[in-house]
Order: sequence, then C-alpha cells, then structure tokens
Amino acid sequence: MADPAQGVLQRSVENDAIQKTGRRRWRPQWTARMALIPAMTITIVCFYGFIIWTFVISLTRSRLLPVYKFTGFDQYVRLFANERWWTSMQNLAIHGFLFIGGCMVFGYLLAILIDRRVKAEGMYRTIFMLPLSMSFIVTGVIWQWVMNPGLGLQEAVRALGWDSFEFNWIVRPDRAIYTLAIAGIWQQVGLCMALFLAGLRNIDPNIWKASRVDGIPVWRVYLHIITPMLRTVFFTVFILMSAIVMKAFDLVVALTGGGPGFSSDLPARFVVDHILNRQELGLGAAGAFVLLCTVIAVISPYIYFELKKERGGRGH
Amino acid sequence: MRYNRLALYGLLILAAIMIMAPVFIMISTSLKSMDEIRNGSIFALPADPGFAAWGKAWFGDCSQALGDQCGGLSSSFLTSVKIVIPALILSVGLGAITGYALAAWKMKWANVMFAALLVGMFIPPQVTLYPLIIMIRELGIFGSIPGLILVHVIWGVAFTTMMFRNFFKTVPEDLLKAARIDGAGFWRLFWHVMLPLSLPILGVAMILQFTYIWNDFLLGLTFGGRSGQPMTVALNNLVGSQFGEKEYNVDMAATMLTALPTLAVYLLSGRLFVRGIAAGAVKG
Amino acid sequence: MNGVELRNVTKAYAGLTVMENINLEITDGDFVVLLGPSGCGKSTLLNMIAGLEPTTGGEIHIGGRNVTELEPDERDIAMVFQSYALYPTMSVRKNIGFGLKMGGMRKDEIEKRVADVGELLQITPLMDRKPSQLSGGQQQRVAIGRALVREPSVFLFDEPLSNLDAKLRADMRVELKRLHERLGRTIVYVTHDQIEAMTLATKVVVLEKGRIQQADTPENVYRRPANRFVASFVGAPTMNFISGKMLQDGSDIVFDSGAGQLPLVDVPTEARNLIGQPITLGARPEHLLFDDAGIASRVLLAEPTGPDQYVRLAVAGSEITARCGPEQVFRSGSDTRILIDGARMSLFDPQSGQALLQA
Repeated sequence: MADPAQGVLQRSVENDAIQKTGRRRWRPQWTARMALIPAMTITIVCFYGFIIWTFVISLTRSRLLPVYKFTGFDQYVRLFANERWWTSMQNLAIHGFLFIGGCMVFGYLLAILIDRRVKAEGMYRTIFMLPLSMSFIVTGVIWQWVMNPGLGLQEAVRALGWDSFEFNWIVRPDRAIYTLAIAGIWQQVGLCMALFLAGLRNIDPNIWKASRVDGIPVWRVYLHIITPMLRTVFFTVFILMSAIVMKAFDLVVALTGGGPGFSSDLPARFVVDHILNRQELGLGAAGAFVLLCTVIAVISPYIYFELKKERGGRGH
Repeated sequence: MRYNRLALYGLLILAAIMIMAPVFIMISTSLKSMDEIRNGSIFALPADPGFAAWGKAWFGDCSQALGDQCGGLSSSFLTSVKIVIPALILSVGLGAITGYALAAWKMKWANVMFAALLVGMFIPPQVTLYPLIIMIRELGIFGSIPGLILVHVIWGVAFTTMMFRNFFKTVPEDLLKAARIDGAGFWRLFWHVMLPLSLPILGVAMILQFTYIWNDFLLGLTFGGRSGQPMTVALNNLVGSQFGEKEYNVDMAATMLTALPTLAVYLLSGRLFVRGIAAGAVKG
Repeated sequence: MNGVELRNVTKAYAGLTVMENINLEITDGDFVVLLGPSGCGKSTLLNMIAGLEPTTGGEIHIGGRNVTELEPDERDIAMVFQSYALYPTMSVRKNIGFGLKMGGMRKDEIEKRVADVGELLQITPLMDRKPSQLSGGQQQRVAIGRALVREPSVFLFDEPLSNLDAKLRADMRVELKRLHERLGRTIVYVTHDQIEAMTLATKVVVLEKGRIQQADTPENVYRRPANRFVASFVGAPTMNFISGKMLQDGSDIVFDSGAGQLPLVDVPTEARNLIGQPITLGARPEHLLFDDAGIASRVLLAEPTGPDQYVRLAVAGSEITARCGPEQVFRSGSDTRILIDGARMSLFDPQSGQALLQA
C-alpha cells in the first residue's frame, strides 16, 4: 500500500519544475480601489459637491433659475426675517421634542414590557412595528381621516354620549403641530421599541441573577441598573429620531399640508416649497443650508463616537 | 406577582389596540359606503362591506376622466414597480460591492470614505435637491423613470454600503487571508466567499430598500414629473385634490392599496425586517 | 532548495518601526517555530512571509526566489490559521479544493488531489459536510488539508493549535510532527506556547519587541538562553534570577546575594573568570539541588504536579522555586538545604541582560 504522502510529494516535484516568473501582476488592491469609484463619485459629487453648490446658490439672488450674482448673506437676512421660517423652526423644536421624547419613552416602555418574557412576544412585536412598513404619506392620510373633526374620532366619541368631547386639533392653528407628533410617534415607536429591545436582550443575564439574589425590585433594576447600561442605545435612538425629524416632509404634506395657514409648517417643507413652487431658489437654498447646519450639530457627536469605536475595534 | 403579570398583559394589549386602531379604521372605512360613513362612527364595522371604493381607487372614475386618464392608482402602481425593481437591484448591488471593498481590503482612505458616506446618510435630501434636479435634467432623464431610479440609487447607496460594510467587518480576518493565499482576487473573493456569507444581510438590505423606495414621496414628487409618478405621489394627489364631495372610502382604499406591497413584504419577511432595522441602526 | 530567507526585513506602521533588520535563514525541511509573547511581532513576521502584509524594507526569499513584491498565491506557500478560517459556505471538499480551483487546475485533477489529501488526513468521510458540522479537531484537519493540497514549498502555521482543548492539542502536536517527518517540507510555525516550540521545532526563534532574541535548536534555547528574556520566557516554572556576585570561599565558590551565600557546585572554568563581578545568576528549578551541604532555606509552599513537585523557598533574601521528586514531603514553614548546580546555571550581565558564558 503506497503511502499517500508519497503521492503528494512526488507531484510537488513536478510543480517546482514550473518556474514562476517574478514579474508583478495586476493586484487585487487596485481592483478594490476601482470598485469604490462609483460610490466615491456619488459621495463627493452628489453629497458634498451639491452641498457646496447649494451653499453657493444661497449667496446669490437666484429666484426661478440659478443666477450667479452674489449678494453675500442677503438671503440669510431675508430668511431670518421671514415669519414663516420662524414658525417652521419653532414647529421643528416643538415637534422634535414631542416626537423624539414620545418615541423614546413609549418605545422603551414597550420594549421593557416585551422583555418581561411575555407569551406571543412575536405577535406584539409584529403589531408594534407594523406602521413602520408604511410610508409617511399613508400614515398622514390615515391620521387625517381619524382626526377629521366632522366624521372622525371627535364625532365617534361624541356619539357615545360625551357631547363636550373636543379633538379638532388638525383644524386649529394653535394645535395642528401636535397632531404631527401623534402620527409620527404612532409610526416610529416600533423602531424605538426594536432598538431598545435589542439592547435589553444584550444585557448580561447575570445582571438579572445578581439583582434577584440581592432582592432588588424589578422596576428599580430597570431604573438604576439597566437604563444606565443602555445609554449608547438611547444615544443612537435619539440620533436616528432626530434625523427623521429634520427630514420630516412627507408627513406634514399628507397630514396637515403645513396648515392651517403655515401653522404646522416645518423647515424641510419650507425649503422644498421655496425651491420647487415659489421660485425663491436663493431663499430656499439658504433655508436648506441652515437645516443642514442643524443636522450636523446634532449628529456630529454620533459620527465621532462611531469612528472612535472603529479605531478601537480591529487589527492588532 | 399575578397582578403584575395581569397589568403587564393589560398594557401590552392596550398598546396593541392603539397601534392597530388606525389600521382597522382604514380598512373598515374603505369597505363602507359614503352614506354609512356619514351616519356612523369611524369605529363601527362596515354593515355591508363592499369593494366598490377599492375599484374606484384602483381604476379611477372614468366618468370624470380628464383625457384618457381616469385618475386611479393602477398606472402609478406600475410606475412604482418599474422604479423599485431596478433601483433595488442597483442600490443593493452597489452597496454590497462598496461595503465589501471598504471592509475587506485595507485601504488608507477607507475609514475617511466610510465616515463621509455615513454623514451622507443623515443629509436631508432637501439640501441637495436643486443641484440634483439640474444634474438629472442635464442627463436628459428628468421626469422619467430612469431619472428616478438613478436618484434612488444615489440616495440609497450610503445606507446599503453601511449595512454591508458593517456585516463584512465581522467576517474574521483570517478568512480573508486564507482566501488570498488560495489565490482569490477581488471579485472571486466577493463571489465565492463573501456573497454566499452575506445572504441573510442581502435579504435584509433588499427588504429595507424596497420599503424605503416604495414609500418615498419627496423624490417621486420632485423627479417623477407626469410620466414617472409613483404611488405615494398619486395617493397624495388623489386625497388632496378631489372635486366635489370628498370620498373617504376611496381615500382609504387608495391608502390601503399603496400600503399593501410594503405591508405584505413586512408580514412575510417578519423576523428579517426586525433584524435589519436593528442591524441597520445600531451597528452589529 | 525550499528554504526561506529574510534579509534586513523591516516593518513600520505609520512611521513607527515595529521590526527592524530581521535576518533569518530557514533551510529546506526545517521546522522553525517563531516563539514569543503576544505583541512580539511573530504574527506580523509570518504575515510578511505569506505576503499578507507588505514589508517596509528588506527582502524575503522563498525557494531561492525573491518574493518580496509578489502576491500571497504566487509565493508557493500555504497557511493554516488559528481560527482555521474555513469557508463557512463551502463543503469540506470545496474548502480543500478552492485554492486549486482559483489556480485554474482541471476539475478531475483537483478531485484526485483532494481525495489523496483526505485519505492522508483520514477525513474522507467528512468530505461533504460543512465546517459548522465538524468538531474543532476535524476543522483543524481540514485546514491542514487545505494547505497540504497545494503542495507548497513552505507551510506557514499561525498558532494552529491554540483553539483546541488540552488533550486534542497534544494529539495534534504529535500528528503535526509526524506529518513534518513524512513530508519533509519547510514549516514556519508561530506560537506563544513553549511546549509546542520545544516539541515540534528543529529551530526555535524567540522574538520580543520586534527583534530576534535567539534562534537556535530547542535544546540550546532551553539550556543556553542568549539573554534574560529568553531565559525567563522559556521554561515553566520560570527560571529563578538572583543578583549578586560569585565569591571564592577556599576551594569552594559561593554566590553572594548580599543577604546570604548560596553554595555552587561544579562551576565551569570559564565562569570562574567572572568571580567578583556583579552578575545575575539564573537557575532553573531543576538546577537547585536539595543537599545537606547547601544553605538553609525555609519552605513556603510545596506544589505537587504528579511526576514532580515544585517547592517555593525563601533563601538568601529571595524567593525561588526548586524542583524535586514527588516522594519527599515538605511542610510549609519547615527548613531544608539547597545548593546550585553550577554546571547548568546561566549567568547574565545585570545591565544588558545578555548571557555571559557562551557566545
């Protein structure tokens, strides 16, 4: 019986005969660089290049079409003197506070409820995340109907006998902005729940064992031990929700149309409206740039932490 | 302890009812007649459920037709499909390759570029909207389906790249080394080793991108024009600009029709969607 | 000629030199073990030989060919990884054949070679399984098979046994040694486990802080460590170090630590030249002899290991470990007497840490 090792050896002698040349061939690293070209082009041109372009336009007196007659920061002066812009910024603050706060509080509570090893956990999770799969337009249209003062919720409750019940916020200039938060939370609370739940499930089960041995009540464990442990998750959720708030356009359009009047307008809608409909390109660009600065202010700590985490992560 | 559990389930059920109520209202309204809507509560079940409103939402009302258009959602449904499929394949494919190149091949600027992309994900589309319009117009594809596809690829690549890059970063470095010693170059490493490994994340990226592209409104509104009007834009027009009496049952049927594809994907994919949302947001 | 030669190999990361002027000659058929603590640069060195990391300077020759600029698959090498690095989505058969397929070999030839290797490593029944369906030891065999099938000039092993449990590790060690003897191929093997180094190597290269501390046979590395680092890194329990100087006491020589005098026996002549100089004495546990002629020492603790026992002693102001057979009984707190076997001790320069006796 021949030793299989002999076969392996014999052939390798033949291998040696095929002398490989020492010339330098095409390197896969070069292909890797080339494969990045499309994404790199998009990043450089369509993200950063276009941001600069928008900034440049915001310094001109462009109205219907871009004209490169520079007027310095005139458009920004106009913007900050614009009442509709201030309303929309104020609305952004109100909506941001209510929406982010509501999503985080309700999302965390739902995650805790589910985390308590309930039966049919999958069903609850599926239900809570269901609105996430729908578009903001759909959400807006549904809630517009639910909050319809004539035929919606208000009327339905009154029909039950509570005649003085009032829920006509959607047509009240001083309340319309709050309806945005209601619909927004309804749609996004599932995302927060999922993120918090993932965080809760990552907690070392020994923490729970230890706290049971120590006899700490469950709510105290959540409040004093678990919640502080989840601070990075809270941070991430906050950033994601902020990004959604800043971009919020579809929901306003579908739910209130920015109205009544401009009472529920948001900056994102202000910008689109001025660029597409009002032929105020320069002013819209200025608004867009201010919006971008707000976004950067909020997300830069996040990007910073993401990259710091990277550096600690890999390699030796 | 028993009361605690009872309260727990009570709260969960209450929350589930509150989440489901608007969906229920949407469906039940769409099955009612306008008379019933006017005289009954929104919470009431339809007394005589019918799909008349659905038909009207889908095909439109040709008695009030403007030209040959009846105003139904059927044509914009087709537009949406024509946009979603190529945009989905292109954005996920490009994201997979870019994410793989960034994660598996040591390059000096990989981290800088990834950071640049990551920031890009947070840029509100309004900020680059106008330059993008000009670019698409210069390319001669403004107001058309190809234009919208390109815009969706541009806006989707940051997200898909992030998903794939974060996934490929978890592949052990030894595996990449082994493949290089085995003589696999860039494409063969991707095709034979990395892509088969990434099938779950590929599914996740497909599902999420499908949802995002289908649900998009702003880009469709801006770049679609008349011929490239996706379903969300058509829905908004339908609801917003009805002459005469508002037909809430038709509105709700149209809403349901618009939501149906993503709802179906969500319900069918279940766990993948949940996993993707978590993986895409908090990095793995 | 299937050796490996490193000429002035240098590695720097972002301007920081982590390895400088590494020179090493590995002759055909050698089993060279790169040994060192984690972070000493042994894996970096192996990766540079493999072509997975570029060198900053110097040249690498494999089989007489300058491969410094070549891709890993052009270097005629194969590598086995600590994590096995099997392709999770491929069957064992495809895992082993992947490299050949990438090299453009004909299908029937690949099949034949894979089958041969499977037989050699006794993994034929596992051929259609996926890596996740294999035990750690089986995965290890597949990883070795994937290297063997390419029939390279040089095999590179990156801590291949670290992930196995103790028993399996011992078995695989024997098998690797047998495989090396059968194939007679050059092997470069990285580990931090000195047992692996001592049992497998024909040549041990001890690395620390990006420098070669000693490159020699396992026996010499153990018996004649080139410096204090090698002396303390190789051998368990570790070598005892006492600083002081040798003194002539009539015909006897003692080592004076300042707090006591340890008698030395059989001191070689060349060591006598160092009498009176400040030195560091290194004595392994087995170099300490329990003898009534020795110095009084207090037993702190006895650790029986089965075949031996290690006795922790307080003597001459230091704590040292001595080895003896299991039959003797030591009580903590009792007294005993020890002396040092001068023929086997090591002497180091207290400043540089270099060994003073041999070149």
